[in-house]
Amino acid sequence: MAENGQRSARMAAVADDRRVAAPLKRAPLSGWGRYPRCLTDIYRPEKFAELAELITADPHQLVARGAGRAYGDAALNAPGRVIDVTRFNRMLAFDDATGLLRCEAGVTLGDIIDTFRPRGFFPVVTPGTRFITVGGAIAADVHGKNHHRDSSIAAHLASVDVMLASGEIRRCSSGENAGLFHATAGGMGLTGVIVEAELKLRRIATAWIESETVRAANIDHAIEIFDRSDRLYDYSVGWIDCASAASALGRSVINFGNFATLDQLDGKRRAAPLSLKPRRSLSVPIDFPGFALGPFTVTAFNELYFRTHRDTPRALIDCERFFYPLDSIRDWNRVYGASGFVQYQCAWPMAESRAGLVETLEAIARSRRASFLAVVKKFGAQDGLLSFPMPGYTLSLDFPMRPGLRPFLDQLDAMVLQRGGRLYLAKDARMSPAMFHAGYPRLAEWRAVKAAVDPNNHFSSSLSRRLEMVPV
Amino acid sequence: MAAAAHRIAPGGAPRVLILGATSPIARALALEYARGGAALYLAARDTAEAARIAQDLAVRTGAAAQAGPFEASDSAAHPELIRRAAAALGGLDGVAVCFGALGDEPTAHHDAAAALKIITDNYTGAVSILTLAADHLEAQRSGFIIVIGSVAGERGRPRNYIYGSAKGALALFTQGLRARFARTPIHVMTVILGTVDTRMTWGREGAFLTVAPERAATMIHKAWRRRAEVVYVPFFWRFIMGVIKAIPERFFKQLKF
Repeated sequence: MAENGQRSARMAAVADDRRVAAPLKRAPLSGWGRYPRCLTDIYRPEKFAELAELITADPHQLVARGAGRAYGDAALNAPGRVIDVTRFNRMLAFDDATGLLRCEAGVTLGDIIDTFRPRGFFPVVTPGTRFITVGGAIAADVHGKNHHRDSSIAAHLASVDVMLASGEIRRCSSGENAGLFHATAGGMGLTGVIVEAELKLRRIATAWIESETVRAANIDHAIEIFDRSDRLYDYSVGWIDCASAASALGRSVINFGNFATLDQLDGKRRAAPLSLKPRRSLSVPIDFPGFALGPFTVTAFNELYFRTHRDTPRALIDCERFFYPLDSIRDWNRVYGASGFVQYQCAWPMAESRAGLVETLEAIARSRRASFLAVVKKFGAQDGLLSFPMPGYTLSLDFPMRPGLRPFLDQLDAMVLQRGGRLYLAKDARMSPAMFHAGYPRLAEWRAVKAAVDPNNHFSSSLSRRLEMVPV
Repeated sequence: MAAAAHRIAPGGAPRVLILGATSPIARALALEYARGGAALYLAARDTAEAARIAQDLAVRTGAAAQAGPFEASDSAAHPELIRRAAAALGGLDGVAVCFGALGDEPTAHHDAAAALKIITDNYTGAVSILTLAADHLEAQRSGFIIVIGSVAGERGRPRNYIYGSAKGALALFTQGLRARFARTPIHVMTVILGTVDTRMTWGREGAFLTVAPERAATMIHKAWRRRAEVVYVPFFWRFIMGVIKAIPERFFKQLKF
């Protein structure tokens, strides 16, 4: 009987599939951190009619996936299915006067930059890679080096169109269907499939950044520098030497920048202020062996990085190199070896930030798990129900997936939680539901919107189930 | 240079009708032309999608792009389409046949109506529109025709012989058209396409050596610029198909692929 039941369930699944004409591809899938990884059935519709059909006809739980640049399991869906939306990458309208671009969710920031930088426009908010899609950026409500000034990407959206479980496309913004808007920006694709958005681009006079680099001897010095210089610059970010300790704990190299004005360029560049030479890109052809980024190499790298950076009051750097230092190395995630890595990005409220940074850096130093890249940034104001940033400091770390890493990160979680902090969903692959629930106090409001637009929880991901984002 | 080679007037920017404009290759090809300053008329069954693509071309390149309906099997509507495209663009210099569909091959093996539908969608529909387009270009003694065929049209296989026969017939038709225009400036190009990363190959077992549609379109556009007549895209399919066509039938029919 049991076998019969299983069989008829399988037959039912096949019959359901027949209703969906769109082809499926079964392939191993992971986020950018390459952990976790699972065999997944993936749709890649090319037309809106196809997307609406599969959303309404496929009974499996679904989640949209853009460029796959979330680090963990946000765009994974092991027993369910994934909808790759990268073929919806058409730009629909652009208004020179306002800088508003209407485009589909699969358009990448890189595509936008290549199209509009030469015309004197640039996305207001960009994270550290240009390879992400607009839909993914909205779902994660991404932030950039200008968060202290300009908040996250949600603050620069005139509208977002979401295809709901019913197949209906609903437009939302901070003024129209505001509940849906604030649950969708930062909502990890769980309110529906983001299909279109109207995104504000800022005017730029040149493609160059006038930057200032300042070295901080320790964490207090770093905070002092952020406090002093954040007012002067649109963009700021710090790199922290994780291998440092004692009085040098938190020594860092802090980088500030503003888009350069025309008169800040020399003659040659001024002749073509918005054009840049195409960057040469390297790629990582193989998975590095596990020891390649061991404690010794990471410590040596950190030492070298700190020593090779000097206080530089004024330098011109092209905006691609300024915003996307890692994009020139394709597949850089392979340096962490085949078992992948975990990104750990936390944020603390302002009053707890110094203590949070100190105890986290001390814990890392004690554990000898130095992070290759440790990035620190001061956040500003933030809206949204599940958006990650909060006024205070954020620290971003990456750790190769090794035995003992999970218990160690659980310890960090406990410390972050105790100080009223939280972790970034777009980077997470492992936190507990309790950690998530405690870190996101507006979850109940988000759940109310989710229940209203998707009562059957049709949109679900490995991340949303792991974190019990919807009540179980 | 390309414009001069194709004797396009005035201003050198061709006015191109793309048929089956919502396919990823058609879209990418349209973008290649738009970047070169061409004006485009995008005809497709799904006009809402074609309109989005037209908007995309306009935003990215500033090109004039319009969209309109096209149904391969509705040959009665084809003369009107040619007129409408020519009127919208202020003339017509080129026509690209990019439509085609695999259809339901397993069903079609035992269902004549399904088989004939595949033939219509891939062959007779193209014959209808190309006959009209050819006369239009012949009357003005200039212009070009691009027809996208398939490596599936080069040898019959159990997996897709109905689709393949339509694509093979289309290649012969195009070859004949090229010969008809041999003493005119009209350029007729056959593209023999390998496997491209689109809906047709998504999740399909044995879809190997696939290229991105954008890359395929760049190669097609380059071939057009140098006035190629028959071009394999990507080029290495010429060698692969050379080998496949050389296998004696009594062995070939035993092969499982």
